[in-house]
Amino acid sequence: MAVVKRTFDVVVVGAGGAGMRAALALSEAGLKVAVLSKVFPTRSHTVAAQGGIAASLGNVSEDNWHWHMYDTVKGSDYLGDQDAIEFMCRAAPEVVYELEHFGMPFDRTDSGKIYQRPFGGHMQDYGKNPVQRACAAADRTGHALLHTLYQRNVQANTNFFVEWMALDLIRDQDGDVLGVVAMEIETSEVMILQARATLFATGGAGRIFQASTNAYINTGDGLGMAARAGIPLEDMEFFQFHPTGVHGAGVLITEGVRGEGGYLINKDGERFMSRYAPNAKDLASRDVVSRAMATEIKEGRGCGKDADHVLLKLDHLGEDVISHRLPGIREIAIKFAHVDPAKDPIPVVPTAHYMMGGIPTNYHGQVVAPYDGGPEEIVQGFYAVGECACVSVHGANRLGCNSLLDLIVFGREAARQIIEDLKSNPHPKQLPSDAADRSLSRLARLEGQKNGESVSEVGAAMRRVMQAHCGVFRFPDLLAEGVRKIYEVAERAKCTEIKDKSKVFNTARVEALELDNLIEVAQATMTAAAARQESRGGHARDDFPDRDDDNWLKHSLYFSEGRHLDYKPVRLKPLTVETFPLKTRVY
Amino acid sequence: MKEMERLSWRCRRGLLELDIVLGRFVERDYAGLDEMQKAAFNALLDMPDTVLWDMIAGRQDASEGEQQALLEKIRAV
Ligand SMILES: Cc1cc2nc3c(=O)[nH]c(=O)nc-3n(C[C@H](O)[C@H](O)[C@H](O)COP(=O)(O)OP(=O)(O)OC[C@H]3O[C@@H](n4cnc5c(N)ncnc54)[C@H](O)[C@@H]3O)c2cc1C
Repeated sequence: MAVVKRTFDVVVVGAGGAGMRAALALSEAGLKVAVLSKVFPTRSHTVAAQGGIAASLGNVSEDNWHWHMYDTVKGSDYLGDQDAIEFMCRAAPEVVYELEHFGMPFDRTDSGKIYQRPFGGHMQDYGKNPVQRACAAADRTGHALLHTLYQRNVQANTNFFVEWMALDLIRDQDGDVLGVVAMEIETSEVMILQARATLFATGGAGRIFQASTNAYINTGDGLGMAARAGIPLEDMEFFQFHPTGVHGAGVLITEGVRGEGGYLINKDGERFMSRYAPNAKDLASRDVVSRAMATEIKEGRGCGKDADHVLLKLDHLGEDVISHRLPGIREIAIKFAHVDPAKDPIPVVPTAHYMMGGIPTNYHGQVVAPYDGGPEEIVQGFYAVGECACVSVHGANRLGCNSLLDLIVFGREAARQIIEDLKSNPHPKQLPSDAADRSLSRLARLEGQKNGESVSEVGAAMRRVMQAHCGVFRFPDLLAEGVRKIYEVAERAKCTEIKDKSKVFNTARVEALELDNLIEVAQATMTAAAARQESRGGHARDDFPDRDDDNWLKHSLYFSEGRHLDYKPVRLKPLTVETFPLKTRVY
Repeated sequence: MKEMERLSWRCRRGLLELDIVLGRFVERDYAGLDEMQKAAFNALLDMPDTVLWDMIAGRQDASEGEQQALLEKIRAV
């Protein structure tokens, strides 16, 4: 089958904050840029971000990038690469002012400067007092960011391929990346997009878990494509769980509820956080609260007929506080938990929220992998930014508001690097004759599958296994069993069948292709979690409760082929300052 | 029936809240809508996620009668 081919200077897969920031710089430099997105760009998951973007502007309280860097290194539980963290924190004020110039409607102080609010983990003077570092646009920072960047991209003549799904990476025998194979969702038409540079900005993979705050589009496509093309995935054992997702739905209940005096209770009505964190109680950090909740449930003190959740009580705050200081919470509780929080507590569970791991890159956004000699060799022509990438600035645990910053800083930097790299690489490399084969055979397999597995059943099985065996708290027996079970689910995913073979907006086909990606991520996460014998940041082992820097201060690399793991050192040396020495992470 | 396929893809959003509510609505109620209501639903789907969610949550009303009536139905899902 002959596949249509189009050629661009750069193909960007993903039109969230990361992809659009990069695309803007690339188009403005005069390059011919294609941006692919499964959904309309401003409906990318970045739209969900409310809290803000961290930057040490010092507009409200005294601040500087050294303090921000310290918080980020500490927050990462020392697994973050300190060169990348320095790069990000130093660039933060500049990239935020750039967004301001692009027209992003930030909240203002009385004197007209960008207003900044406090946010968990962001401190003054190397961890001493809370600082106001988050720049926000009301409670819709992500929405404002996407709209601003989309408008600018349209002006800069970026070519958007809306409702196009990238299926696979094209890599030649030298290991160089030459573009992607993609499918138009409306028609199921397949096309080769050839490019001198390919940038992935496909976002997270929170949908591998049953309880997830992520929208349905977050299926880790970039990671699946990279893994199938032989690129390793870094630090996949590290997921951040938010303590209060609505049980059964995942929808996030903001930390503000506990800030206003709401608290968690178990089936006996006990305010259990007093036992785990006598001082901070319900306001302890996300990982501490999530682990306490998981312990209550595991020890049989969960609520409901399956004893599988706890309750968030706020009726004592009164209707006034609930409707005025916590707007939107009541609607969410009524709609998704079928309770009115002014009368009854909200059932909640720790819910997968953010993926710290991803496609390994250096701080220029270039994908690096151990092939050709060293552990961090550049994969020619391939770049990644945003939640799908592992730079690694978040290490084992991400600080709130540092993700949007990551998108903008490294989106811009990857574009700069691509512009430079393309100068010495003026012509597209010859495509291998089998460029589209992997995608075409995946599609043909799906088309011809008889007596196969249902996509939704296999997907549900995957999410159940991940939730039960690789959640907030990880137990040795459950992990070992989880590895076996997830490999079994992966076998089933190889023979999914779709009943509807039509071409027009075939959602069933798209979901089958997404499952191929989810299952790569799920296997990486389970395998890496079972292997890491310590607790650090988002990875908490019951049998190894402490951080073990002697043996585990290293990044994991998962290879899909043979499902094997390798490790590489953490980059402890910043660019210009001294290394932040290892300390126990206490707040 | 391709109309349904197209719609169900367009109900894939950036906010999980909308994924859930719109998905349920399309599955249960869309087939029973008349042409005017279907057109109104399509117009709602073109709105930005945050605005659409505010409308469904009842914090904002639609500008137009047909949409408002439809919103009431979606809110009831
Ligand atoms: C509820 C919630 C609130 C949050 N609040 C904050 C906050 O206040 N501050 C903060 O810093 N972070 C926050 N985060 C985290 C942050 O929003 C995300 O990490 C970030 O937005 C991810 O951006 P991205 O550009 O990497 O990807 P996304 O915005 O997820 O975009 C991914 C893009 O890739 C496209 N895509 C994916 N696969 C394919 C494919 N196969 N083919 C074509 N296109 C594809 C999608 O269509 C989309 O355009 C929050 C997260 C959640 C869930």
